[in-house]
Amino acid sequence: MFSAVESLMRTVKSLSRDPMGFLGLGLVVMFLLMAMLAPLISPFDPLKINVQSKFMEPSLAHWLGTDQLGRDTLSRIIYGSRTALSISLTATGLAGICGLLLGLVAGFGPRWLDNVFVLLFDSISSLPMIMFALAVITVLGPGTGTLIVVIILISAPGYARLIRAQTLTLKNSDFVLAEKSMGASSGRIILLHLLPNVVGPLVIILSMDIPVVIMLEAGLSYLNLGVRPPTPSWGNILYDGYTSIRSSPTLVIAAGAPLVLATLGFTFLGEGLRDALDPKLQLMSLR
Amino acid sequence: MSEAILRIENLSIGYDAGICQIHALRSATLEAHAGEVIGIVGESGCGKSTLAAAIINLLAPNAIINSGSIYYQGTDIFSLNKDAQRKLRGQDIAMVFQDPMTTFNPVLTLGDQLIDFQQHLEGVSISEKRIRATNLLARVGIPDPSLCMKRFPHELSGGMRQRASIAAALLMQPNVLVADEPTTALDVTMEAQIIHLLRELRSDYQGAIIVVTHHLGVVAELCDRVYVMYAGQVVEQGLVDDIYHAPKHPYTSALIACDPAHFEEHTPILPTIAGRLPDLMNPPQGCSFAARCVLANELCRTTVPPWVKISQTQSALCHKASQ
Amino acid sequence: MLTYAIKRSLLALLILFVVMLAMYAMVFLVPGDPASIALGPRATPELKQQLIERMGLDQPILSQVYHFFYNAVTGDLGYDVWSKRPVLAEILEAFPYTFLLGVVALAWALILGVFLGCAAVIYRGTPMDRILGILSVSMISVPSFVVAIYALLIFAVWLRWLPAIGAGEIGDPWSQFKAIIMPAFAVGISWVGYLARMVRASMLEVMGANHIRTARAFGLSERRVVFKHALRVAIIPTISIVAVGFGSILSSAVFVETVFSRPGIGTLITSAVLKRNYPVVMGTVLVMTAFYLIVVTLADLLIARLDPRVRDVLRS
Repeated sequence: MFSAVESLMRTVKSLSRDPMGFLGLGLVVMFLLMAMLAPLISPFDPLKINVQSKFMEPSLAHWLGTDQLGRDTLSRIIYGSRTALSISLTATGLAGICGLLLGLVAGFGPRWLDNVFVLLFDSISSLPMIMFALAVITVLGPGTGTLIVVIILISAPGYARLIRAQTLTLKNSDFVLAEKSMGASSGRIILLHLLPNVVGPLVIILSMDIPVVIMLEAGLSYLNLGVRPPTPSWGNILYDGYTSIRSSPTLVIAAGAPLVLATLGFTFLGEGLRDALDPKLQLMSLR
Repeated sequence: MSEAILRIENLSIGYDAGICQIHALRSATLEAHAGEVIGIVGESGCGKSTLAAAIINLLAPNAIINSGSIYYQGTDIFSLNKDAQRKLRGQDIAMVFQDPMTTFNPVLTLGDQLIDFQQHLEGVSISEKRIRATNLLARVGIPDPSLCMKRFPHELSGGMRQRASIAAALLMQPNVLVADEPTTALDVTMEAQIIHLLRELRSDYQGAIIVVTHHLGVVAELCDRVYVMYAGQVVEQGLVDDIYHAPKHPYTSALIACDPAHFEEHTPILPTIAGRLPDLMNPPQGCSFAARCVLANELCRTTVPPWVKISQTQSALCHKASQ
Repeated sequence: MLTYAIKRSLLALLILFVVMLAMYAMVFLVPGDPASIALGPRATPELKQQLIERMGLDQPILSQVYHFFYNAVTGDLGYDVWSKRPVLAEILEAFPYTFLLGVVALAWALILGVFLGCAAVIYRGTPMDRILGILSVSMISVPSFVVAIYALLIFAVWLRWLPAIGAGEIGDPWSQFKAIIMPAFAVGISWVGYLARMVRASMLEVMGANHIRTARAFGLSERRVVFKHALRVAIIPTISIVAVGFGSILSSAVFVETVFSRPGIGTLITSAVLKRNYPVVMGTVLVMTAFYLIVVTLADLLIARLDPRVRDVLRS
């Protein structure tokens, strides 16, 4: 426990020496607070329709104006951060767990199972990501649940590959062989030796994939294939703005900005984390 | 003796290591004349590679020249501009590197590279350059030189590659040839062949050859004169025979005593020099070797030793050398 | 080399087979039959029956799978549920637009990216290097469709320099050129950053190699050292990255084509997904996956040709 606190302190310290990483941390904290405190800080109900005041320019009451149904854009963007972060954190978290389990099974299981898994991981990774996502959406129908399933399906194989590779290396390392020679069970070896060594790189890769997932969520919602309206998502706000881009460009500008800032923030934080924790780790994220 | 082709005077070079400087080379002085082979010998970390890099003017970016100069045919290399320094490299001073496995670019054929290395030759067509390179490959004993020109480096054995890099170094007919550990990365039979080749080349080579090595045997086989280095300093210099049979510096004696080739009988314990290299960030006040020297007294530890001339050709950096 | 080529192609075929199987399985894993999903809840039974027969859903599964593969291999990908046109024809019509977009995007990204990467190497360790690094990361992480929409707003709506939608008049290269500028910019921008970064990393690795010291020891100029000796080695890993990255070019293309209402694979498949037009979605996914696998395989073969070390390992 002590070492965990200590390493966290060290991470924060080395992040503070890297200005871009620090900026990333700042942006991420800002968006996290925005998402958590959405009901407290948003000036209006994001779903409240008021047709009289549609397409309003920014004013004191509506800082970022209103959309085609008279809904307050600022409130919708604040709630949009809630959508973006909850989906991306849940989905990458679940994908990480799936990848961890699959990778451990492939690394520790019998040889034939390993071969089957590797072929499967390679097949999915060799699909163009967007094609696979669209195929799954066609079958399951668009929606938040589908979005999470899609993200898990496209990212878990990559994580599983990473974990499998790490597992195979560690399995033949001297300290694990020594433990085995003393009759340790597989469970003990996994819990005591593999997990601590494998979780670090996985967390870094997950953090570097979060901006990609945020982008995918917004992109699919923009295509009307992700989060269903009226739930606010940066993607569907962007779409609303796009349809009225000639008459009222405020909406599109306002919806694009948080998306850019969030992906930049998470990317800088992820890079900073990688540099601080494991500079040798190769970039093998979703991109 | 004639004017030296290469003369190094009081050269001191350090490496910037953030808060302090590592003094890799301290007041090194050296001369090389046309037609002679000189050896620079010493253990790892004695500054001999820094010296070699300085001669060819390819020091690491963090190297700092603290003092001294290198005169090539009377002109100070450091006073030349970057372009003139660059033209000197390869054309007048060439180098054979230590590791033949990585000396050549892996994705270009040997021929491509040997032709490219002649870029300072003006008014010579590509096909003439090719012929020059092929002839040199034949000269260094490569069996089928025109085939070898078409090969990639990894397709040749280590010994062949080292022959090729010697050929490359001779391409521009340089006046100074620096061989940095030319045989260290090779196995014993290859080593013997390369030494044989270098000896053979001596006969018709006009310039000076400088062989940098930690291997006393290589020096004995090849060189006329030798400079012994310790902790960034030249500690003794002289003709090979004198140095081997009558070393005056205690370090030279210890080094020769440690050479397995000199053991006359079976010894249960290999001789070593006790102690470690001095800290090169803060070099000792007196003689660098004092801490490891069996003869050292108070004087050695506090006062910098003088150069003691033993004969016309031999001198040593030691308080005790005259005794 | 030939054995390697055959081996790589067989592996690509195997992967394609698994992908097809997985996709086919997916349709049967979900509740509800594909015909009613495609037609929606308000379809008449006759219409449904018609579709079931046309899609061959009334036959046993094994024979369906067999027919699916047989047809796919012979180039018959079925018919568009709505327009009744052959799927393959629709794909072949859309493909050149997307291909052109990808090539133009990659071309400008390659030129600028390699240039910026080399610049970062020449200025390594200086503030310039740092600025280029931050610029690259920013370009990588900015979503392409946001770039597309902002570009559309600035250059088409406000400045009116470039057309907002479409791919230009057929037979009018100038209007086609104007129409591809913004899409290619949006698709390529993240690649500029990505390539700059890759080239910088692999160049720095190569510049430290002994053979670069050899080239310097022969007095070659810095420009010759960087461009003839270092870039030749450093460009090899970049090729495989570009090939693998074709998948992400396709992703950006899907979004960007929609933003600019530009015909192409992206527009085709998005509208098919929205209308649950199964045959079109399946066919497009299949063709694009096959194309992607071909690109990756060709890149591997190209690397084997460019790097004599790899070539020899394969020969033996």
